[in-house]
Amino acid sequence: MAMLEIHDLHATVDGKVILNGLNLTIDAGEVHAIMGPNGSGKSTLSYVLTGRHGYEVTGGKIMFDGNDLMQMEPDERAREGVFLAFQYPVEIPGVTSMTFLRTAVNAVREHRGEAPFDPMDFVKHLRKSATDLNISDDMLKRAVNVGFSGGEKKRMEMLQMAALEPRISILDETDSGLDIDALKIVADGVNAMRSSERGILLITHYQRLLEYIEPDHVHVLAQGQIVKSGDKSLALELEEKGYSEFLDNAA
Amino acid sequence: MVSNTEAIDQVRSIGDQYKYGFVTDIDSEFAPKGLNEDIIRLISKKKEEPEWMLEMRLKAYAHWLTMEEPTWQKPKYSAIDYQDSYYYAAPKTTEKPKTLDDVDPKLLETYEKLGIPLREQEVLAGVQGAPAVAVDAVFDSVSVATTYKAKLEEQGIIFGSISEAMKTHPELVRKYLGSVVPYGDNFFAALNAAVFTDGSFVYIPKGVRCPMELSTYFRINAENTGQFERTLIVADEGSYVSYLEGCTAPQRDENQLHAAVVELVAMDDAEIKYSTVQNWYPGDEHGRGGIYNFVTKRAACRGRNSKVSWTQVETGSAITWKYPSCILQGDNSTGEFYSVAITNNAQLADTGTKMIHIGKNTRSRIISKGISAGKSDQTYRGLVRMQRGADSARNYTQCDSLLIGDKCGAHTIPYIESQNWSAQVEHEATTSRIGEDQLFYCQQRGMGDEEAVALIVNGFCREVLQTLPMEFAVEAQKLVGISLEGSVG
Repeated sequence: MAMLEIHDLHATVDGKVILNGLNLTIDAGEVHAIMGPNGSGKSTLSYVLTGRHGYEVTGGKIMFDGNDLMQMEPDERAREGVFLAFQYPVEIPGVTSMTFLRTAVNAVREHRGEAPFDPMDFVKHLRKSATDLNISDDMLKRAVNVGFSGGEKKRMEMLQMAALEPRISILDETDSGLDIDALKIVADGVNAMRSSERGILLITHYQRLLEYIEPDHVHVLAQGQIVKSGDKSLALELEEKGYSEFLDNAA
Repeated sequence: MVSNTEAIDQVRSIGDQYKYGFVTDIDSEFAPKGLNEDIIRLISKKKEEPEWMLEMRLKAYAHWLTMEEPTWQKPKYSAIDYQDSYYYAAPKTTEKPKTLDDVDPKLLETYEKLGIPLREQEVLAGVQGAPAVAVDAVFDSVSVATTYKAKLEEQGIIFGSISEAMKTHPELVRKYLGSVVPYGDNFFAALNAAVFTDGSFVYIPKGVRCPMELSTYFRINAENTGQFERTLIVADEGSYVSYLEGCTAPQRDENQLHAAVVELVAMDDAEIKYSTVQNWYPGDEHGRGGIYNFVTKRAACRGRNSKVSWTQVETGSAITWKYPSCILQGDNSTGEFYSVAITNNAQLADTGTKMIHIGKNTRSRIISKGISAGKSDQTYRGLVRMQRGADSARNYTQCDSLLIGDKCGAHTIPYIESQNWSAQVEHEATTSRIGEDQLFYCQQRGMGDEEAVALIVNGFCREVLQTLPMEFAVEAQKLVGISLEGSVG
């Protein structure tokens, strides 16, 4: 049984059809990359998978570890191990990143029947991941994403991913707005998460990220469908030729 | 600071919405219903008051009769029948308890249920290592117990019920009572002056830093009773005191009036920090029942360099109507007002502060955070007045409103009056909603709706909650979560 099976998925946003019969299967241990032009439905896919309000599934099925994902609320999906690294992480004024992280981790731990972390233990638990991602204690004391640079926001997303230990991680354009140093740190963070237990779905416009995180499969998303799949060489091909081929086909 | 997660865990364990809604079955002594001179004489006699006190009460009553109930506030309420209420209810005991062992065990039980440890040994055991808190508990109309009295007396600190202080320190009470809020001040202050039954009195002598938090816990228990307590705190030159006030009431279908008066006096170089966590019964989701919290709170910064800070966390009451204020008379004196007001369901609030700058170089700072949810409606109303002599005085005001849902309201009404060209007044205001994006972000990290709202709101109020003493900060964070239950989804 595959970990994530998306079958003939149709979805609309504000009545507009965005996903139009999308099929995708991700097994544990695999890294998939979805590439596509702007407006092809990449972000919609990430929100449909995580259950965001306003993204209406009009047909198809999403099975996660054999369970119907669509029957679950967004927070239940998260506790079951579906993680989304946001393209635009949200600011929460007045809530320190440390408190936010601990609240999230303890919600997931409670769901798994594990004891919650007290503040002291949690600091220890977080130490290694934070150091690897070059996140200082000072940054953890600042309010969630408030006044963070683009790179800091993405690194904080990676820290959340590391702390929550999800089954599947969806990274929505995590490379956007990053300089090369930040990109390397983020890529190292993702690579550190690679394991036979976990699936990773990278959503990206550019091939650049895939130089640092090598995918097992690459898919092209256009007009709400996967129109082509291949190995990492497909990404290079796209870099060279662009997406016009797929746009023309549809026109 | 204690974290939100812990607060939320505690919220979960609490479960139902208003956990203080129970009634203690205790034998109470009531004066007959209604308000007249005889009742006032009876109250005064019951409390064995000096003659001057009775005179003041009668004057206040006579004045009250000539006054009209104000109607300028935003929350309207149906007329209160002042003759259909009891003005004196007291737990029935033949004699006033000498020690805690003489206090009716049912009363002690009530306070235990409320989480207020009255027994000093328990207080000691409970907060080992942490600063101890001395408690004065007011049950319906009378103060039932004061802890740590002896220890405080060693330093000359007077802390206890105001009725007691009238007998033991009449000169102090007489000198200051009504000196900040005279009985003619407003309709409810006049009513309070006529019928107040008890409250706390604090005096900190010159140069003394009060070694522990002082706290009063108010509880309305009896039916059809108004609670009119009176608090007077005097901080003499160079002294410091931090005072906490907490309030709860049983769940009832009728509205009950709570018209308290709090007067603070700070002399040269003295500082008073006054914190309130107000959690009176708010009524049900249809607006049935709940407390009318119509309170006059005012501080006089009489001395040079004196300072008063009001911090309030208001989550209860059907209607909250009050403006804790500072009269900044002494040169270089400072007034602060930090407020979190949360209204949910059908709750109404019209609250804010007044900062009256009289002396030179006086400073005031107002941070108000209002959260409206459900069908509730909230108004911030604040006055900053720079009088002619307030050279170089400064004020900073920040009013932030947060809306949850689309059926609630938030209004900000600042009044600014300046008669001095060198004075500076700053006012900032924002109104926002809990964003769908913020909620989704929290949910995507595994948090449930209510946990997410509690986290976001606690963040919104952080600046104010941080000013609370540790013991209250925990309770306040819990309250934020509880009072917003059912506001999303």
